[in-house]
Amino acid sequence: MARVLGTSIKRREDPALITGRGKYTDDLKAEGMAHAAIVRSPYAHARIRGIDTSAAEALPGVLAVLTARDVAAAGIPGVVPVGWLLPDLKTPAHPMIAADTVRHVGDAVAVVVAEDRYIARDAADRVAVDYEPLDAVADVVAALEDGAPAVHEEAPGNVAFDWEIGEREPVDAAFASAAHTVELDLRNNRLIPHAIEPRAVLASYDSSTGEMTIHMTSQNPHVHRLLMTLASLGMPEHKVRIVAPEVGGGFGSKIHHYADEAIVGLCSMKLDRPVKWTATRTETNLTDAHGRDHSTRCALALDADGRITGLRVDTAAAMGAYLSTFAPAVPTYLYGTLMSGQYDIPAIHCHVTGVFTHTTPVDAYRGAGRPEATYVVERLMHLAGDATGLGPVEVRRRNFVSPDAFPYQTQVALAYDSGNYGPAMDRALEMIGYDDLRGEQASRRDNGAKQIGIGFSSYIEACGLAPSAVVGSLGAQAGQWESADVRVHPTASVTVYTGSSSHGQGHETTFSQIVADRLGIEPEAVEVIHGDTDLVQFGMGTYGSRSAAVGGSAIAKSVDKIIEKGKKIAAHLLEASAEDLEYEDGSFRVAGSPDRALGLGDVALQAYLAHNYPDDLEPGLSATSFYDPANFTYPFGTHVCVVEVDTETGTIELLRYAAVDDVGNVINPMIVDGQLHGGLAQGIGQALWENAVYDESGQLVSGSLMDYAVPKIHNLIPFELDRTTTPCPHNPLGVKGVGEAGAIASPAAVVNAVVDALSPFGIDHIDMPLTPEKVWRAVNS
Amino acid sequence: MTVSIQLEVNGKPVQAAVEPRRLLVHFLREDLGLTGANIGCETSLCGACTVLVDGNAVKSCTMLAAQADGASVTTIEGLARNGELHPLQEGFWEKHGLQCGYCTPGMILSANYLLAQNPSPNDEEIREGLKGNICRCTGYHNIVEAVKYAAERMS
Repeated sequence: MARVLGTSIKRREDPALITGRGKYTDDLKAEGMAHAAIVRSPYAHARIRGIDTSAAEALPGVLAVLTARDVAAAGIPGVVPVGWLLPDLKTPAHPMIAADTVRHVGDAVAVVVAEDRYIARDAADRVAVDYEPLDAVADVVAALEDGAPAVHEEAPGNVAFDWEIGEREPVDAAFASAAHTVELDLRNNRLIPHAIEPRAVLASYDSSTGEMTIHMTSQNPHVHRLLMTLASLGMPEHKVRIVAPEVGGGFGSKIHHYADEAIVGLCSMKLDRPVKWTATRTETNLTDAHGRDHSTRCALALDADGRITGLRVDTAAAMGAYLSTFAPAVPTYLYGTLMSGQYDIPAIHCHVTGVFTHTTPVDAYRGAGRPEATYVVERLMHLAGDATGLGPVEVRRRNFVSPDAFPYQTQVALAYDSGNYGPAMDRALEMIGYDDLRGEQASRRDNGAKQIGIGFSSYIEACGLAPSAVVGSLGAQAGQWESADVRVHPTASVTVYTGSSSHGQGHETTFSQIVADRLGIEPEAVEVIHGDTDLVQFGMGTYGSRSAAVGGSAIAKSVDKIIEKGKKIAAHLLEASAEDLEYEDGSFRVAGSPDRALGLGDVALQAYLAHNYPDDLEPGLSATSFYDPANFTYPFGTHVCVVEVDTETGTIELLRYAAVDDVGNVINPMIVDGQLHGGLAQGIGQALWENAVYDESGQLVSGSLMDYAVPKIHNLIPFELDRTTTPCPHNPLGVKGVGEAGAIASPAAVVNAVVDALSPFGIDHIDMPLTPEKVWRAVNS
Repeated sequence: MTVSIQLEVNGKPVQAAVEPRRLLVHFLREDLGLTGANIGCETSLCGACTVLVDGNAVKSCTMLAAQADGASVTTIEGLARNGELHPLQEGFWEKHGLQCGYCTPGMILSANYLLAQNPSPNDEEIREGLKGNICRCTGYHNIVEAVKYAAERMS
């Protein structure tokens, strides 16, 4: 049969979604379901003097109003934990419901449960909270200044952690002897994820069994169950079932364990009936973990030939008011370790201060640390091209890690397993028609207000998280493997139970392709089950571009075990030796005797009948694998952005965007391209429009879609994509991961393009987002 | 207090008594069980709740159910006819015009309105016509392709 790996088969997920039959959490109803509304702090920092719930309780249809007192009375742990620990990390408690102090706008102070969602919201407005407002600090730099308002007493100076990687002295020496140096102060703007489905939960507790089923917007149901039971509700893990039905996008925001979902669980336990809560957009923007928010000073040293000799990075990274689930890892092990980029850099030092602020917590958002690192490295490379006179292409090419240098040990812990950076750059230049574009740019230089700019971003990412022992040694309080249970049924159809939980990526389609290809059967004969802790063995979930590389590899490993067992069964039936059997196109064959063969169906049926069966073999034909990768995977590529900047108005028009990515082997090209498109939109959005803005009192002033500019269809252009293929050498599929590449590479490409357009004005940097006002001011200053 | 309304939803007559403040999207989703129209914001900006009201694309989170009295409403559930997908549904499937699918019902119904006004739009007209609907997954690249596919099929 035709190969199904590398084929753009249509998604099996789609028929339900295009007809309105897909069921997201808020679509679900349960018998006796009540509705919750959460009362939130309007202040960034305040002491709670008292809460009067009587007016809310008096409203007909209100079933309960709970506050921190009820959490304490329930005798449950009642906190939201952090799941990644760094040395000397300050870990102040994050209560499910604030007891005496609120620390960001949106902090939960009470919850109302009522018979319908309109009554719940009416009643929430009647909860009277007596606040004593306190000074607040929302800005990451201001929070580090002497005398800044303290977010937590346990964290003097608002410092959550102080972390470094690499060696400082060799970097100092490199700068002391450098022929060229470039330096930059930059902000990496705070972003709000904006999955179009707001977070939602339907918790159904049944006191007769002591069991609770929670349907919720989750990228990782097992992780949510562990944190929910262990730290928040104090229930036995086996009594809680978490189901992620259709999930309307996540981009990281649905990885984390939040107070709200635990609060709704507590409501269901108290009332002994199902309770649903769905965030409004404003609520989800106040409570979904935000992304980025760095202030960075960085510098690059180069020798007279334009070879990099040292890189120095110092970053203040906002944590927000509390440490979210994986927050400490994002600006450290997912950031500092990426600072070598695609380049052979002999000396690197990166220092990061984690900072508490009176804002929504910050955690992983598409790319998580790697877009920030790429932005630092690629902005500096742009400046280095100017400073050395080599230009953006040659300065990169001259410093690429040579293709024969792999595996390449960086100065910041990571060992790149594979790579070949030149061809991706070559292809991108060819696609964009580089020389002609430079010609057009030159012809416009003295001619009119509209200037063209060309920007590059040659990125690397580390994804497919990754060896459990390694992440454990770095502070992870979780493993980083993935599981797959593959069951061949007696009729040779197959069901896969995967710990990777899809929220739009098309796992059911791509995972069926993996099984079909390896087993030589049709993809239609493979069912894929995910997102349910009662059905699936423990799994780590979908984030960090890990589903194909880790989840897919676990599936491949299970299929290989099934083939090995099938060979023993077939050998018994064919009276041959298992060593002499080959498996191809769905049949077990005796090598050299093509007529002696059994189909997968014959073997599967015998595995379940077990009538005529090897003595030393158990019946059945299924296999479970927990695949723990040997290393991260290292996708890379070169992106080129072309913009036209109107220097009179500051407006920017995207003209072209070409991306050449190397994500290893590709399972479904259509889906891979779609992942890149989405990542590009988010990265371009960060560069040009998106910004979570707090005022000085800690109010989020861009908390709705009225004020926060998510890219719309008329803002964007068609993307031009191509690939090179350097398979991952250490996983069975040779895949690397693609979910985050677009968001990692594109901010630097866009900003470099705009700065390139504005180079006649002596402009070498503008902070994102590049609004017309900022561009105009830069031109006119 | 309730008001009684009579309307047609996906070709079928519907009678109901609703609170005056009840939003059309809640009426469709919770009272009629038509959960295809999704809610993504409360400021009429994301477009996930878009339905057709008397042929016009309307954001059903900013219309009261009471205002739909006497109207004919089409939701995503009513788009396929006799078990055959609408060309726009086919186009979104063929061209990978959706990922998580949450914006898709609204996007398809807005595109339906666009094609009713302009049966063969160019790329720019498609992008102009759909700017009231936000998709966070696809970068819109394949949504344009999906609408072009449908326009060709329908012409």
